[in-house]
Amino acid sequence: MNPVNYLYLAALLFTIGATGVLIRRNAIVVFMCVELMLNACNLALVAFSRLHGNLDGQIIAFFTMVVAAAEVVVGLAIIVSLFRTRHSASVDDAGLMKL
Amino acid sequence: MSFPLLTATAALPALGAVATAAVPAARRTAAKWLALLVSLATLVLAALVAVRFEPGGDRYQLTESHAWIKDFGVRYELGVDGIGVALIALTALLIPFIVLAGWHDADPQETGSKRWRPTQGFFALILAVEAMVILSFEATDVFLFYIFFEAMLIPMYFLIGGFGDRAHEHGEETASTQRSYAAVKFLLYNLAGGLIMLAAVIGLYVVAGSFSLQEIAEARANGSLQMAATTERWLFLGFFFAFAVKAPLWPLHTWLPNAMGEATAPVAVLITAVVDKVGTFAMLRFCLGLFPEASKWATPVILVLALVSIVYGALLAVGQRDIKRLVAYASISHFGFIVMGIFAMTSQGQSGATLYMVNHGISTAALMLVAGFLISRRGSRLIADYGGVQKVAPVLAGTFLIGGLATLSLPGLAPFVSEFLVLVGTFARYPVIGIIATVGIVLAALYTLVLYQRTMTGPVRPEVSRMPDLRARELAVVAPLIALLILLGVFPKPLTDIVNPAVEHTMSDVQQKDPQPEVEAAK
Amino acid sequence: MENLIALLIAAPLLGAAVLLCGGRRLDAVGHWIGTVLAAASFAVGVVLFTDMLGRSAEERTLTRHLYSWIPVEGFRADVAFHLDQLSMTFVLLISGVGTLIHVYSIGYMEHDERRRRFFGYLNLFLAAMLLLVLADNYLLLYVGWEGVGLASYLLIGFWQHKPSAATAAKKAFLVNRVGDVGLSIAIMLMFTTFGTFAFGPVLAAAGDTGEGKLTAIALMLLLAACGKSAQVPLQSWLGDAMEGPTPVSALIHAATMVTAGVYLIVRSGAIFNAAPDAQLVVTVVGAVTLLFGAVVGCAKDDIKKALAGSTMSQIGYMVLAAGLGPIGYVFAIMHLVTHGFFKAGLFLGAGSVMHGMNDEVDMRRYGGLRKYMPVTFVTFGLGYLAIIGFPGLSGFFSKDKIIEAAFAKGGAEGWILGGAALLGAAITAYYMTRVMLMTFFGEERWRDAPTPSPAESDVEPAAETRGEYTPPHPHESPSSMTIPMIVLAFGSVFAGAFFGIGDRFLHWLEPVTGHAHGHPPVSALTVTLSTVVVLIVGVAIAWAQYGRRPVPAVAPRGSLLTRAARRDLLQDDFNHVVLVRGGEHLTRSLVYVDHTLVDGVVNGTAASVGGLSGRLRKLQNGYARSYAVSMFGGAAVLVAATLLMRAV
Repeated sequence: MNPVNYLYLAALLFTIGATGVLIRRNAIVVFMCVELMLNACNLALVAFSRLHGNLDGQIIAFFTMVVAAAEVVVGLAIIVSLFRTRHSASVDDAGLMKL
Repeated sequence: MSFPLLTATAALPALGAVATAAVPAARRTAAKWLALLVSLATLVLAALVAVRFEPGGDRYQLTESHAWIKDFGVRYELGVDGIGVALIALTALLIPFIVLAGWHDADPQETGSKRWRPTQGFFALILAVEAMVILSFEATDVFLFYIFFEAMLIPMYFLIGGFGDRAHEHGEETASTQRSYAAVKFLLYNLAGGLIMLAAVIGLYVVAGSFSLQEIAEARANGSLQMAATTERWLFLGFFFAFAVKAPLWPLHTWLPNAMGEATAPVAVLITAVVDKVGTFAMLRFCLGLFPEASKWATPVILVLALVSIVYGALLAVGQRDIKRLVAYASISHFGFIVMGIFAMTSQGQSGATLYMVNHGISTAALMLVAGFLISRRGSRLIADYGGVQKVAPVLAGTFLIGGLATLSLPGLAPFVSEFLVLVGTFARYPVIGIIATVGIVLAALYTLVLYQRTMTGPVRPEVSRMPDLRARELAVVAPLIALLILLGVFPKPLTDIVNPAVEHTMSDVQQKDPQPEVEAAK
Repeated sequence: MENLIALLIAAPLLGAAVLLCGGRRLDAVGHWIGTVLAAASFAVGVVLFTDMLGRSAEERTLTRHLYSWIPVEGFRADVAFHLDQLSMTFVLLISGVGTLIHVYSIGYMEHDERRRRFFGYLNLFLAAMLLLVLADNYLLLYVGWEGVGLASYLLIGFWQHKPSAATAAKKAFLVNRVGDVGLSIAIMLMFTTFGTFAFGPVLAAAGDTGEGKLTAIALMLLLAACGKSAQVPLQSWLGDAMEGPTPVSALIHAATMVTAGVYLIVRSGAIFNAAPDAQLVVTVVGAVTLLFGAVVGCAKDDIKKALAGSTMSQIGYMVLAAGLGPIGYVFAIMHLVTHGFFKAGLFLGAGSVMHGMNDEVDMRRYGGLRKYMPVTFVTFGLGYLAIIGFPGLSGFFSKDKIIEAAFAKGGAEGWILGGAALLGAAITAYYMTRVMLMTFFGEERWRDAPTPSPAESDVEPAAETRGEYTPPHPHESPSSMTIPMIVLAFGSVFAGAFFGIGDRFLHWLEPVTGHAHGHPPVSALTVTLSTVVVLIVGVAIAWAQYGRRPVPAVAPRGSLLTRAARRDLLQDDFNHVVLVRGGEHLTRSLVYVDHTLVDGVVNGTAASVGGLSGRLRKLQNGYARSYAVSMFGGAAVLVAATLLMRAV
């Protein structure tokens, strides 16, 4: 199969993820969409690795996975503590980043 | 390697600042004494610099040079010429008096929190400013100079904003607002100037490939460095703008009256007598030294600005109701004289300008510190709130008068020597400007004597009738300053001997010769 | 001998330093220290004088270079002294009269708690004045010049608690400053023209340069002289200066300081000689002032102000003579010396009268005092005869010569100047007789309580207008005051004859100033006779007005001229309207401009930046999603830009 198709798929997944981040209010869903974007990148990297015939892309994909795992840990912890204090997981509840 | 005297002169107050800041909260008095001792020790070092300096020797002496940021050719290069020596001496001389005069200015009003240490902070900041000012007089590397030129704004900001004058006609609240306004204004003006200068500093590096004054001068001399006229002019303007803000020159002056009015009197002296001198000093060393052609190109405009400063500052001083703002506007007028002397491009003008920097420092310190003592007694800065002080506090009034007479350049006191040299130097090349500038002499007499008359003479006002005369500490501040004013007015030779060779170097930098007198020229 | 010159100045300078820094513990002896040091200076002067007399006329000049003052590339100012016959004359006058006035002040200021400081200021004045006449270059002269201005400022304002005194002091200093600007411009011109401002080289080279430059220098020197010597148009300060204690008026504002302008012109004779246009201006200024001062003197009821008008007028004579060039220099100085004697004597007499009259200065509150103050009456009377030029007394010899020289100028100018001088002599006789009659003769007007004076009079109503009036008890002053008066009266009588007969003074000064004999269009005898005639006329008119008729205790409204003269011929009003009011408006509007315009531009910039940032701030709304949008947007722009760059 033409490896370029994988790139199309990656772009599609990335767009779905990005749209989700922008339009969904629930923090968990936003978080999942971020994961989706990361994995879209991973797919693209692996596809590039195949295309170029070297291992660079796969190595970076592994790095991404590790970082994503760490991010899940921190991110979920933040969401859980947010939910505990505010009883809601909506990102629009308050402009937290505004002074 | 010889002892790094110049580094030591600056490092001592810097270390002293750290030590003073670290004194425990309860030991306020110890912090004061520590600051005083450090400033006196710095004075000794500065005196040593002056003694070790040989007037007839190399242009830059006591040099130190170490690589610092190799990639950009930034070096830690120090060296002093005669002008630098004179100004370092002035700085080191005034700081002990400033410390002594501000002895009680930062005493905490309420002793609630044990961690609250304003006194330590006040004196540490003064010493920090001293260190940076001395370093900027010593730096012969443009980048190094720039760093200290900018860095001194930070302690000055806190000194103005944090320790303002409590005396205000509309009460403590307004005083606090006014104070932060003045501090922010000071910072913004000087930062704006500094930012433009930074651009010019980078531009200079791009053009000349070096930050070292001496390397650039050599490259210029042997022809390996040639700047296009337009480039030189832009770079010159970048430098000059920053110095004109600091000096301050009309119309960039409005931060000074606010800053001097709101700060305590010793800090006001620190601003006008010490920090602002970096601006005029830098005009001589960097503007004229690095961009001689552009300096000559800009001279007419700068002379007119200086002339406007002289007359405008003096006229505004006449119109002031606030003692400290009056002194500030008088200083603007005096800075006009200094700038005029520098850009008249004659030996007399530049020697006069350098002497003027020193003498103005001493005379303003004398006048402003006595004014501060006066204000602290009555709790008001308004001229109209005084009257007849002479009767109750004759020594205070007498010293105030002498400070005022120095401000109006009475012959026999130091400022006369410098003012006359500046006038003669300007007149020799630009007679009309010289003559108009003499208007400043008359106006100086007007604002000084009106100030003296309204505050000191006439019937004794009831509010001042129990005013105590100068105390021993205050007299110890004023008496040496007055003695110096008289000494330098009667016998300025030691100072001129140091300054003259440096001025000759500057004159050869800009390739100017003094105009010849008519009779000799005819022969 | 040369070393003694510095001692002349050092003695009073030391006195000033000791007295002003010494503090209260010197209160008891302060006046003695001051007087002894002034006398010491006089003694040194006498020693130098006898030494000078011992040498031939050409070798009398002494110079002493003390040290290099302001050494700057191409600029040389030294502290160096130059003592020749001209300086010597001044040294003796200054230290001599100065010492006498120190002695007088011991008595006069006895009850003033700040007497020590008064003597300190007097000593400071002596030092500065001696420096002025001994300097060997113009810049050092300038130091003395402003130094006497400072001493004058301090002494006029000595009673600082009186607002009028403080204002008068400030006014004197400011008007003098305007003149000083002239001197500093003159020095700058000398520097650019000759490369130096030492007397020797400048005066020697005066002929080598263009007349235009010299005229400019000379006019600037004249401006300086006008300020210091109270000549029109800078004369307004002298009348107000009478706020100072009377010994000060005698020493500074009659005998010595105000004559410094004459010294300056005579000293710079070589410059003026080569600039005839400037000389003409000098003579005009002198002639105008001598009439101006005389007219003002006629109208004043304040005894000191009347004498001040007279001083102005007499200095006008000196300036006129100095403007005549070599035919007048010697006579200018001669009149200056005799004037020093009689005018100081007159002022001391006035002070003695005030001393006995509870400090009353209004002559309309005097009258018939000759019985109560015989010594004062006799000495004042001799001074009076001297100043009006009574034949045989000092003023006669010196003033007559000036009138003669004015006629000798020749042409229409000579007639006009000579006529003005003659007219001035007549007015002098008039107003001095008026002073004399109002003070010592007539009814004893001080016995009755004063009626409130109309608003027209500028004399302040006496303190005792309210409440019970206790008439003063006129009495003769103590001997410390009368002895100086007697000595000065002696000088007023004999100095002129001593100088004039056999041209003694002429031979003494000629080597320095040069001299040319003038040839008046009429014979010298005619001039002398007409002088005597106008004198008699002046005295007669005054007698008719103030001797035969009783003097009203309240000043009548008077003619337009009288009223104008009482207000110093409206010069102060002019100054007030044009300079003071105008200046106030100017500074006030500048303060406004500085606040709104200069500061406003900057504050406006700050405000607009603030407004912009306020709008930008709205972007930072705190919603994570909108930040994400901007992030994506930014990333998209970057990608697009990269692609675009590739494509290009």
